[in-house]
Amino acid sequence: MRLSYSADIKIIQVPCTGRVDILHLLNAIEDGADGVYVAGCLEGECHYIEGNFKARRKVDHVKKILLELKIEPERVEMYNLSSAQGARFAQIANEVAEKIRALGPTPVRTPTVQKPTAP
Amino acid sequence: MIVADRKSLEEILAMVADNKKILILGCKGCVTVCNVGGLKEVEILTSSLKIARKKLGKPLDIDIQVLERQCDNEYVAELSESVNDYDGVISMACGVGPQFLSEMYKTQVFYPAVNTTFFGGATQHGVWEERCAGCGTCGIHMFGGLCPIARCAKSLLHGPCGGSSEGICEVNADTECIWDSIVKKKMEAGQLEDLMGVKGLKDWTTARDGGPRRSIREELVQGKI
Ligand code: SF4
Ligand code: SF4
Repeated sequence: MRLSYSADIKIIQVPCTGRVDILHLLNAIEDGADGVYVAGCLEGECHYIEGNFKARRKVDHVKKILLELKIEPERVEMYNLSSAQGARFAQIANEVAEKIRALGPTPVRTPTVQKPTAP
Repeated sequence: MIVADRKSLEEILAMVADNKKILILGCKGCVTVCNVGGLKEVEILTSSLKIARKKLGKPLDIDIQVLERQCDNEYVAELSESVNDYDGVISMACGVGPQFLSEMYKTQVFYPAVNTTFFGGATQHGVWEERCAGCGTCGIHMFGGLCPIARCAKSLLHGPCGGSSEGICEVNADTECIWDSIVKKKMEAGQLEDLMGVKGLKDWTTARDGGPRRSIREELVQGKI
């Protein structure tokens, strides 16, 4: 299958989404990624039984941190699909790119500098 | 162990609002075990603060370190060379840590990043519960091994109050009435009689009521106390 998907997406492979850590997601945002998403296996189909459920809990935790920092939590997301669903992968990639584009660039790279109040 | 909860990012950000370079200091003791102030949590806080400050266009330079224990001068002394390189230091240890630090390094400011809550343990992964209130005169053997001082909202010593209902405490619907559990346990063991006697007045001077406490093991003390 030669499916095309948004060129803005950079893929980082992990053996199982259970390996994805809160810090991986946070560091990506810290380093200026506009968004990060985790593509895990379908629920109930993790080779390591519950890696994808653990990943979802971590994604949810990072969303909470972003919310506290007044950054759109939608910049971090979790999706579930099987490795046989190539078309779905491309669809999700485009969906994510679209959604992030609508949110605009990350405030981490475009700071909202507080203007000094006039004396 | 001592259990603590992290303060909100908003509170911590406010503490270091004027700082440009800080140290975040974790502890390998209790706060590592209750997942609030060990290396992982130090790294998460570091990244969160950096994100917040980049967003403001006021980047924050952060170094991290995790001491074996912050409640031991031997380890606190490890900072002697570096402690004044920072505008401020955030301690992720229980309340003991920032005090030992403040006592040793008089001119540096140490911010507590956690709220120290209680002595307890994990009842399941990710859940900690209070078990002891450090009253200084332990008597749990008289209550089936369940402490009514720490676990009854009113610290009652002679049975439940009138608010105990179906095993739940009247003070909080999420809390078991520990007296219900004590009585049930003693009934099941056929030892209910043990609870019948009138206990003498509890001496609260060994608890916080007697002021700050000190433990001395004379066989270990070298020199004057
Ligand atoms: S009786 Fe006192 S020392 Fe013993 S568990 Fe209860 S509060 Fe702690
Ligand atoms: S309901 Fe039980 S635990 Fe709650 S205050 Fe009364 S005796 Fe104590």
